[in-house]
Amino acid sequence: MGKKLLLEKANVQGIRGYDVYRREGGYASVEKALRNMTPDQVTEEVKKSGLRGRGGAGFPTGMKWSFLAKPEGIPRYLVCNADESEPGTFKDRYLMEFLPHLLIEGLIVSSYALGSKSTYIYIRGEYAWIPEILEQAIAEAKAGGWLGKNILGTGFDCEIYVHTGAGAYICGEETALIESLEGKRGNPRIKPPFPAVKGVWDCPTVVNNVETLAAVVPIINNGGEAYSKIGIGKSTGTKLISACGNINKPGVYEIEMTISVEEFIYSDEYCGGIAGGKRLKACIPGGSSVPILPANLLLKTAKGETRLMNYESLSDGGFAKGSMMGSGGFIVLDEDQCVVRHTLTLARFYRHESCGQCSPCREGTGWMEKILRNIENGKGKKSDIDLLWDIQRKIEGNTICPLGDAAAWPVAAAIRHFRDEFEWHVDNPKECLVRNYGLAHYADPLEAATA
Amino acid sequence: MAGREAGAVNSWTMVKFSEDKLKKVDEIVARYPAGKQKSAVIPVLHLAQEEFGGWLSVDAMDYVAGLLKLEPIEVYEVATFYSMLNTKPVGRFVFEVCQTGPCMVRGCDDIIAHIKQRLGIEVGETTPDGLFTLRTVECLGACGYAPMMQLGKYFREHLTPEKVDAIIKECREKAAINN
Repeated sequence: MGKKLLLEKANVQGIRGYDVYRREGGYASVEKALRNMTPDQVTEEVKKSGLRGRGGAGFPTGMKWSFLAKPEGIPRYLVCNADESEPGTFKDRYLMEFLPHLLIEGLIVSSYALGSKSTYIYIRGEYAWIPEILEQAIAEAKAGGWLGKNILGTGFDCEIYVHTGAGAYICGEETALIESLEGKRGNPRIKPPFPAVKGVWDCPTVVNNVETLAAVVPIINNGGEAYSKIGIGKSTGTKLISACGNINKPGVYEIEMTISVEEFIYSDEYCGGIAGGKRLKACIPGGSSVPILPANLLLKTAKGETRLMNYESLSDGGFAKGSMMGSGGFIVLDEDQCVVRHTLTLARFYRHESCGQCSPCREGTGWMEKILRNIENGKGKKSDIDLLWDIQRKIEGNTICPLGDAAAWPVAAAIRHFRDEFEWHVDNPKECLVRNYGLAHYADPLEAATA
Repeated sequence: MAGREAGAVNSWTMVKFSEDKLKKVDEIVARYPAGKQKSAVIPVLHLAQEEFGGWLSVDAMDYVAGLLKLEPIEVYEVATFYSMLNTKPVGRFVFEVCQTGPCMVRGCDDIIAHIKQRLGIEVGETTPDGLFTLRTVECLGACGYAPMMQLGKYFREHLTPEKVDAIIKECREKAAINN
């Protein structure tokens, strides 16, 4: 069993409620931080821990905090990004639904570090039953003296508010989230100025993911150094992985970032192998935006080393032969899945979610969907594959926010690794309507595939 | 727009929150700094949609604009951006079936086909009795529990044709009781 920092108590009966959470040691980190540490010392511990943003980008959290501008007389805000919408990702939902107090505790400590007196949780609108759970936890924490005015007699005031979105993937991007929190359309802003200088209502703002803020609790309880010793290299601590697709045990798992991808997929502690005893075809290891990897490049890197479930190892080989840790949305495809069809659903997703501000993304995502639909339905041409490649190249890097890149990468990776499957669709326009391409040569052992 | 015409002359009298709901609006506005009541627009539009039949007519949007001291356009542009805010009428029960990759590999296409067949409508349509609307949506964050759909406030997960039939029955029974 790997070490658990976030989900350790997830199975304790009644942990969702305040009394049990408190009895299990909850809110100790607030006591420790507010009584014995200065806000800068809290930030220092988070820096020492090596914690990286768990929403997808993996930016060091302590460093992000230290960028926050602190001009006199202007309020600062912490905003929790609970707009979890990356296909394959459902870990934050699990945390909020079953361990709401862990998030609230992390938010109080983080608000103290940043000097945020009004902290907002921006939660996606579709999680419509969760705001009540969070609001109850907030009310309980307030009744317990952990929120409100002059918390623990330290003079620190803090309130937490839940703000619901209304269905827009783009609002997971921090500047779009800020726009949405201000009551506008979720159009990302041009940076700079960065939110750390000019965020919500033009005030300095830090936006952090749910899991990131929850991880602050064990960091303060055990010290940043202890946290940094878990894991490997720059992948410190534990990571929540939401596993889905054709596996036996879909769900949310907390892992130490030292285990191998193979162990994660096949061991009974985690995914429990491919459903129905089928073979592994491919996997998108970090949410829909990151490159898909065929089985041979997933379990071992191009250098033949065992691939591990962490930031460095998953991106080993770059985009040509690697992928990314991303948000931890782990999507597994078995031998019967069609990569063209799967890529089409993702292209449709990005077309639907493009905010429409930048032409390359607004137009490009629509064209990618149309072309992929044609290929999937046996109406494609060979030249369409090159056209797709060309379109994704012209989106990537040419937009205000990373949604353009996120739309381009899955298409690029699918063509890069599964071009033969796209060609088969073009060459077999009737057959591709009734059966899938299957595994082709990609499930063969690496040695055989490269021999 | 349809909402204004359908509402006729004194339609604004119908578009009005109860005292309870108005209190709720005040509570929501109080979450934000003074003068930043625009931030309340999405939460208040959710309230309005709940209260005024599942969708936002122009009258409803104008009413919200008045409550929050915004120009109507500020409300329209938000209402038309977010996919959960309906600017056209919907059925009493809206089946929103996820169709993105992770749900697709777990068979959402079969579920959608089954619902179409059972309700006799296409995606985007409402049954003639106004009870059901079928919609496909993009990833709702329940990938591990696929296939799934949203029905009102809650998710219905691990769907099978049998489960879908039970849900349809449940909705019909609910409608019969409340009528």
